[in-house]
Amino acid sequence: MKKKNTSPLLERTKGGLTSVIAALICIVIGLIFGLVFLFILDAEHAWKEGFVPIIQAGFRNVGNETLKKVGMNWATVGQEIVEAAPLIMTGLSVAFAFKTGLFNIGAAGQYTVGAFGGLFCAIVLHLPWWACLLVATLFGALWGAIPGLFKAYLNINEVITSIMFNWIGLYAVNTLIYNRGNGVMYNLKQSQTYALKDVSPRSLIPSKLFGWDMYGTFKYGSISIAIFLAILVAVVILVILNKTTFGYELKACGHNASAAKYAGINEKRSIVLAMVIAGALAGFGAGLYYLAGGAQWDPQNSTALPSAGFDGISVALLASLNPVGCIFSGLFISHLSTGGAQMTQIYFPSEIADVVSGIIIYLCAFSSLFKGKILSLLSRPAKAKEKATEQTAKEKEGNEQ
Amino acid sequence: MKLADYVIEMLNITKIFPGIKANDNITLQLKKGEIHALLGENGAGKSTLMSVLFGLYQPEEGCIKKNGEVVEIRNPNDANALNIGMVHQHFKLVECFSVLDNIILGVEPNKMGFLQKADARKKVLELSERYGLKVDPDAIVEDISVGMQQRTEILKMLYRENEILIFDEPTAVLTPQEIDELMQIMKNLAAEGKSILFISHKLAEIMAVADRCTVLRKGKYIGTVNTKDTTVEELSAMMVGRQVNFKVDKKPSEPGEVVLDVQHVTVPSKIHKNNAVKDVSFQVRRGEIVCLAGIEGNGQTQFVHALTGLDNLSAGTITLCGKDITKASIRNRSKAGMSHIPEDRHKHGLVLDYSLEQNMVLQRYWEPQFQRSGFIKFDAVREYSDRLIEQYDVRSGQGSVTIARSMSGGNQQKAIVAREIDKDPELLIAVQPTRGLDVGAIEYIHQQIVAVRDAGKAVLLVSLELDEVMNLSDRILVMYEGEIVGQFDPKTVTVEELGLYMAGAKRMEV
Repeated sequence: MKKKNTSPLLERTKGGLTSVIAALICIVIGLIFGLVFLFILDAEHAWKEGFVPIIQAGFRNVGNETLKKVGMNWATVGQEIVEAAPLIMTGLSVAFAFKTGLFNIGAAGQYTVGAFGGLFCAIVLHLPWWACLLVATLFGALWGAIPGLFKAYLNINEVITSIMFNWIGLYAVNTLIYNRGNGVMYNLKQSQTYALKDVSPRSLIPSKLFGWDMYGTFKYGSISIAIFLAILVAVVILVILNKTTFGYELKACGHNASAAKYAGINEKRSIVLAMVIAGALAGFGAGLYYLAGGAQWDPQNSTALPSAGFDGISVALLASLNPVGCIFSGLFISHLSTGGAQMTQIYFPSEIADVVSGIIIYLCAFSSLFKGKILSLLSRPAKAKEKATEQTAKEKEGNEQ
Repeated sequence: MKLADYVIEMLNITKIFPGIKANDNITLQLKKGEIHALLGENGAGKSTLMSVLFGLYQPEEGCIKKNGEVVEIRNPNDANALNIGMVHQHFKLVECFSVLDNIILGVEPNKMGFLQKADARKKVLELSERYGLKVDPDAIVEDISVGMQQRTEILKMLYRENEILIFDEPTAVLTPQEIDELMQIMKNLAAEGKSILFISHKLAEIMAVADRCTVLRKGKYIGTVNTKDTTVEELSAMMVGRQVNFKVDKKPSEPGEVVLDVQHVTVPSKIHKNNAVKDVSFQVRRGEIVCLAGIEGNGQTQFVHALTGLDNLSAGTITLCGKDITKASIRNRSKAGMSHIPEDRHKHGLVLDYSLEQNMVLQRYWEPQFQRSGFIKFDAVREYSDRLIEQYDVRSGQGSVTIARSMSGGNQQKAIVAREIDKDPELLIAVQPTRGLDVGAIEYIHQQIVAVRDAGKAVLLVSLELDEVMNLSDRILVMYEGEIVGQFDPKTVTVEELGLYMAGAKRMEV
């Protein structure tokens, strides 16, 4: 009896579709919870001053004629896009490591060290933007490599090492930048690193893409082609994971290191490489953000790890670890946090947005549950058909015997 | 016959999984005090049926009756409440607890929260006396033999006063002596009025111990027979759907040049300070099947791991086709012509979360045939996998795209055998290649291994099954405590003689 193969493309779209629907269910339930939360805090203003701004977020001002005149209409949308780029990258960093069986909780540290690398090349060496970006990536990769080496050769859990190296990275970077006020990158007057547009304009990621001036459209200071670079990298990661022998090896190690070893895959090398790439992705994200010129590093106030690092975990989970999914979930998380800032501050703190996204991520843990339900719903009509074909196949078999 | 003659009836049970009807209208009736065997190939639906009875799955159709009354079993607790107990193939014991602690786990006798172990101990000792179950209640489970662990599991059921005892392939992990003991225990239990469901695909055991036997094939009910009215041949024909040849047909071997040359190999143990493998030397030639026989845990696993590169050896050399591969990487050993059917198919043999086709190329994905400049040629992989599936009759729900985890154990094993043999190796190392498989699959895999030999390749077989050792090999090496203690010709040696060497009672200079 010959088994018929279901078309793999169909299977994959079905799987993808379920993931998307499951994520959407998480989002809707998360938003409902958020709304309830807002009502508990302040029922009177929950809807108009709380919930609506979160949902509208950057799009709130679009179409507002008064704001258009002062050139601010699309600016908050631009802000969302700018904030999304590093989130997509840290999301990719976490997702990539996850796919290879590693939990990269160190994206924040890799991001920090990457930011330092990029800013150093820009402020001190005045290198062009792409070189700075490359160095940011390399620094992130280096910071990812360390937990990878520990894991591969000493079997020390990468979660522990990367948490440690988050803080080591953060304080090392702060110390190097500040250097008791004498740091070469440190602008004493502003108490942060020098703004790139003043000291090294050529280190800024350009905002013109094939003649389209993004700044002209969005009128947001640090808008740049960063978002497109992030999307490009997401696609590259998708290809590496799903189409190449390299991705096959890495995933095999992630699923079953013993079997990978049996298959002649160098599982130690794979672990290190997976962490190197995860670190590189986080470092690249930091480069995309700090080389866009919108933010400077403040070594005295940055006593907490950059949130982009940990939000990466949310981005990755919401995307069901799909690299292309990370693009959308990155944009969404950025949309939410921008929305949080849009709420009327006298009624609600902007952290409400974090609460909402927290609930959504928490629900993502249940997404496999949703997925199962959706799949059974989707396959119900298909099953009936299958039954019929099975029946005929069996009859045929019976005849053969 | 009165209805109540049956303690358990499973009537017209149907259970459907995505892509497969695991149980299709199956009826099973268990009499009080009988040993009822459930026979079927891998994937025939035996385990599914028992899981339904134990409350792990809910059937789509059909009902379960106990003493003639319809009962609903929604989870294992319901099953326990109905006095149904099960010894799983893989024991469910807390390794670091004592035997007694394991037995009372979940039904601990206590007074106001304080354990009353003395009563429990008395009861356990009584039970073990009555049924001839020798155990030391204070031994720690991880220190005792597999046979004793199994007796602990049986005592667990008896302690809970279960009346219906399910044994899921209980002999798969036992030595021949332990199997004999188990058979006796089962007979004692039945004589005391317990009803036993005995899942197996070993026909000799069923003939020896069971009163009746229900046969399943591909999820369907084939029939129930009295064992005293039937023969092994008839049972196997019912099970497989055709006549099965138990004797492996093979020509006398014509050993050629040396393919594998192992000299003075010593492998350190990971558990204790002694060496797990001590100064082992032998050769395997083209066109012969050399079998490394022995009781489990006598260094075979460690030796194979060192041979295949999974672990390091501390002394000795390994030469494959004249090339020293003592320090070669696993990939290079594979390239040099070594194929390895691993002992543990879940740990080493398969990436369970990969699809069948991805597993089919696990050893070869890097070959130009399957990739171009680092990009996998999906069409080539699919084509190759489809061919292997067809050629080696690997059955699965959705063919090449089936996730390996969802396949039955026998078909997982067939997939590994297909992959390793199709690599066209110079040396095939087959470790327990038919473990847990049914006669049909065993016959098939044995034929494939003989075919590899007849194609002029060398085969090193590592097996714990004496039948397999005697049937398949051209030369037998017995391993005891990490040493080779005997070399035999299967045509002249008896099973009893081999047993003595395997147990360490006799040895010769090799």
